[in-house]
Parts: sequence; C-alpha cells; structure tokens
Amino acid sequence: MQAIKTTDLTIRFGKFTAVDRVSIAVEQGEIYGFLGPNGSGKTTLIKALCGLLSPSEGTGTVLGMDCVKQADEIRQHVGYMSQKFSLYEDLTVKENIEFYAGVYGLRGDYLRRRKDDAIAMTHLEPYLDRRAGKLSGGWKQRLALACAFIHEPKLMFLDEPTAGIDPVARRDLWDLLFQLSGQGVTFFVTTHYMDEAERCGRVGYIYLSKLIANGTPDELKEIPEASPPGTRRIEIITSQTSNALAAIKRKSYVHGATIFGQSIHLLMDNQIGLDKVKADLAADGFTEAEMFPIKPSLEDVFVTLTNSLKE
Amino acid sequence: MKATDQQPTRSNPFSGLVPVLRKEAIHISRDPSALFFTIVLPMIQLLMIGFAINTNVRRIPTAVYDAAQTQESRRLLDRFVNSDDFNIVKYVFSEEELNREVIAGRARVGVKIPPDYSRRLLAGQSANYLVLVDGSDSSVAGEALNVSNAIALRESLERSLSVTSVRQALPIESRPKILFNPDSKSANFLIPGMIGVLMQMMTVLMTAITIVRERERGTLDQLYMTPVKPLGLMIGKAVPYAVVAYAELLILLFFMRWAFGVPIRGSIPLLMMLCAPFILTMLGIGLLVSTKAQTYQEATQMAFGTMMPSIFLSGYIFPIENMPAQFQFISKIIPTTYLIQIFRGVILRGAELQDLWQQGAILTGMSVLMITIASLRFRKKAG
Repeated sequence: MQAIKTTDLTIRFGKFTAVDRVSIAVEQGEIYGFLGPNGSGKTTLIKALCGLLSPSEGTGTVLGMDCVKQADEIRQHVGYMSQKFSLYEDLTVKENIEFYAGVYGLRGDYLRRRKDDAIAMTHLEPYLDRRAGKLSGGWKQRLALACAFIHEPKLMFLDEPTAGIDPVARRDLWDLLFQLSGQGVTFFVTTHYMDEAERCGRVGYIYLSKLIANGTPDELKEIPEASPPGTRRIEIITSQTSNALAAIKRKSYVHGATIFGQSIHLLMDNQIGLDKVKADLAADGFTEAEMFPIKPSLEDVFVTLTNSLKE
Repeated sequence: MKATDQQPTRSNPFSGLVPVLRKEAIHISRDPSALFFTIVLPMIQLLMIGFAINTNVRRIPTAVYDAAQTQESRRLLDRFVNSDDFNIVKYVFSEEELNREVIAGRARVGVKIPPDYSRRLLAGQSANYLVLVDGSDSSVAGEALNVSNAIALRESLERSLSVTSVRQALPIESRPKILFNPDSKSANFLIPGMIGVLMQMMTVLMTAITIVRERERGTLDQLYMTPVKPLGLMIGKAVPYAVVAYAELLILLFFMRWAFGVPIRGSIPLLMMLCAPFILTMLGIGLLVSTKAQTYQEATQMAFGTMMPSIFLSGYIFPIENMPAQFQFISKIIPTTYLIQIFRGVILRGAELQDLWQQGAILTGMSVLMITIASLRFRKKAG
C-alpha cells in the first residue's frame, strides 16, 4: 500500500488554482522531499491530504484512506509539524507533550509508553519541566517532533522542519528521520535546502501549482529538461570567483552562471570547447582557472526548470 | 493497522474538548498579570464610576438679581434655597452682571426678580420673575426648569388660596415615594448596568484573544491537523473563560455590595443562572471576532467596537424609552440590554424568575444563535 497517492489532485480558491493536477505516489517508509518556491502550493497540498481542504478535482488517498471521506481517521493516524514549531510557549515540555497526547486520545499504559518513547527518542528528559518558550531552536524542534509523533503516526508531514535552526540540529533531525523511516514511518518533507533534498528517497518539485519534476535525485539530474538541448555544464575553479563570474557571463555562449563556494557552475553551448572558455578567461586576466564537465546539481535542475517555464 | 487497535477512532464532534480545556486553564494560571487585569481593571473602573459619577442634579450654582428687595421676593428666594436644588452663589445688582455670571459659567442659573414683583402681587396682578438657564448641560437645565416652575406654581397656589398667614395645607399634595432607590443614588442605578458592560468586555476580549493568539503562533494550524473538532476546541476554550467571567461577576457584586452599599434584594443564584446565556452569547461573539481578526490588535479593536452600542444603547446610562424608534429597535437586539434589565431587576427590585423569564429566554435564544454562527464560521475556517 502506498502511504500517499494522488491522481490529478486540483484545488482551486475561486479563480486561483493553488494545486494543479498533481499526481504523486509515496511508498511506505519513504522520505519524500517536496520542494518549490513559497506560495507554489506545498502547504495547500498537505492540507488537502489531511482533509482540511476538499479537492476541486482529482482524488487523494492517505494510508489507504480517502482524503475527503475519511479525513477524521487520517488525522488520527498522521503527524504534522510546521516550521513554526507550533508549541505553547507558556506550557512546559511535559505539558506540551501531554496536551498532544490528550488531543490524540491516548490513554493508560499506551499513553505512558508513548510519552516515555517520545521523550527518549528526542532526549528531552532533562528539560521536561522547562517552559517551551525557554528552549533553544533545536530543542523546540525536537519537542515539536515529539508532540507530532506522540500517537505513533505511520506518516508524518514535516513542513519546512529545519527552517531557521542550526546545522547540528539539522543533522540530528535528519538522523532521526532516517532512523524512523527505517522503522517504516513515511515522511513527506517540504524544504528549501538542496542538501536535504539530496537526502530524500524521492523528490517532487512544484512550481506555479504544477508538479514539474518527480523522481529520485539522480533521476532528476538525468532528465533532458535539466539541461536545455545543445548545452552542457562545467565547473570552473578560480580564486576570483565573483570577478570571473562577471566576465564570463558576458560571453554569448553562456546561458547561465552561478557561484558555488570557490567555483562557478556554467551552463553553456556544448559546441564550445573548454579551451575556448579557458582562453576567454585568460584574456580577461583570470589565468589560473581550472575547469571540468559536471552533472547538474538538484539546484541546477530546479533553477533550469523554473527558468524554462518563466520563458 | 496496529495504531487502530490501541486508539479508538473517534468521530465525536466534541473531540479534543478535555485536553483543550486543561491546557487553557494552565494558560490562565501561567499568566497572572492577564488575570490580574481582567479582575482588577474592572474593579478600578467600578470604583471610579461608583465614587465619581453622580447624575443627580443637586445644588445648582445660582446667581440672583433681586431688583425688588421686598419681603415677597425674599420669600421666593428662600423657596429656591430650601429646595436643595439651587445654591445661591452670588447676589448681583444688574441684569448685565447676571448674564455675565451665567456666560462665565460661574452660575448655571440666574434668577431675576423685577422691581415691580411685590407691587403686582399685592395689586392682584400677575407677577413674573425671570429664570435664565444654562442649557449647555441638559440634565442641569431640565432639573432647573422643573424645579423653578414647581416653585412658581406652589407659590401661586399658596397665594391664591391665601394659605400664607395661617399654616394650612394645600388641597392636593403629591407625595412621591421612590421605590428601591429611595435616595436616587446614581451608584445604585449605574453599577448593576456597569457590571453587565464590564462582563461583556472581558468575555468577548478574552475569548477572541485566546484564539487569535493561537493563530498568530501557528498552533491553530497545528490543531486543525489533529483530530480536534471545532466544537471541542471552542467549548474547551470557552469553559475556562466562563469560569473567570463568573468569578469576576462575584467579585464585582461583592464590591458593589460592600464598597458602595448597593443592596442586593433578589437571589444571587438566580442572577448567576440568568447570566449563563449572556456569557454564552458573549463567548460566541468573542469566537466570531476571532474568526475575523488575524492579529491581537485587530481582535482588541473589534472587541471594543462591540462595546459602543452596549454602552450607549443598552439603557446602561441613557434610558431606552427616550430613544427614537429605530434606536429602540437596536437596543432590543443588544444582549447587554437584557442583562442590565436582569441585573437591575434582581439587585435593585428583588425581581424573581417569573418577572424576568422573558429576558432569560431572549438571551438563551441569542446564545444559541451566536454559538451556532460562530461554530459554523469556525468549521469553515478550519476547512
């Protein structure tokens, strides 16, 4: 059984189409990354999958349950965590966990066991009596996760779970996600971070309400639209990246150029040889540049797809 | 599925009520400053209104120009003084001076007795005296007019019946007896109404803010993703604030009784019972405000917006009977109007359920209506 399956799911608000004929399938135990610019329809799709919005057209099932008819049951079996770490700051860690446990109707031994598990999983033990508002960002996120996971959901929606937290906490969270997905929990994660997208089993990219890419990160890098016909990508390593970027951008055979740390990623006509690029850079005074062909990164793929749709 | 065995699938429309209620109670207990202001601020308002405001007109500052300077004119002025409505602050000696006193605001009323006052009286002709009334304060003007007319009338009657020399009663004497508030104390009239208005403000504001705060923090979106149902959420949030509203009511009643000596003639349990539909209606309005307002500021403004009609059109200060028909209609759809009738009835007149069941029934109808509208809007918002 697939954890999520949608067929031509469409959601309209009046004349505005927020989600346009999106079809995705997420396998159980998979970590599915859902990317797209702000306002492209990510949160709307999550709301529809939880039965908070009815699809204008198309269908969706979550854990085998219909998104419209069985919305109540779906909400009992999925977890949701948003970027805001929606916690009650004047309640203690323990009270927050107990509140969500109550909301999901946990009782008796099961309640005690789940509380212990959630606390152990997130290492919140030392902070149980601290007010949630007094926790640092990373700990707030752990608490939010403990709350969202208290009822042992089979599927978790994480809406930009790592926005605004430090890299160590980010890494810890992902380690936890992999551990849980190994136990069969499915994750539907929205993010703006490409390194997180690379970690996902499969990735969807939504732009202007339409799903324009869907597959494993490696598959997406191979899709023909990622590199327009007659182009290729190269990486240039130079010590003066920003000046070199300005110089190379002006060349007529260059379609796009971006800085990645100490290097420049270039999308260029594949007729042009590397020698030509090297010579042009040398002519502009960048003599010690090294270059070699590369595969597109996920970011390259999304930027190219977005730009081709803009045109 | 494993989860299904351990957790009953609940399609209970009140799902989430108990945890929300418990959480809300913790919120209230964690925020003593808010609680302090919801209880203490109304008490301060009560003290200010109770001590400072007196709508009864007494001892109106009066200037006198007695051009007659006779026994009769002095007798007339004595009547003014003895009425206790007038306080002669200045004797002047020309009409300009009299006018000046009134224009300058040193006197609200100017009395001029013309030089021929006594002569005309003794000649059996109609004598007149002039009463200048400053109309800029309508309640003072009205009082001055009534009392000065009454004085003239009484003086005329006594003269024409020649009861002056021998102390003898007039044929007809009105003996008004003011029931329930014998001293016509403003506090007795205002405070019960004020408690109604304060209850409205606190209940609407508290309920609206508690939900808008969750919206601002994003916890409301989170709750929508859980099995919590709108009805469970609404009631869970409303009940703790209803308890606070009742506590506030009792405190205000206590103050009214012991600080202002306003007697409670009726039954307090009856008062509490008749308050229930009012509090529910206000909780409904608060919830409705919360579905419209996106921010704390908006919620506060809207809550205060609902206050204006309740202050001016509920009969709290201005009698409904004096309003034009269309405003009388508006006052009939304001819940506070009925609460104030209930308060004044039970507290001042000792009214019982049989006297006030209509108000109770109307409020119950209103509460059902408001809660229904609020929960429908809430459901829509959640979806």
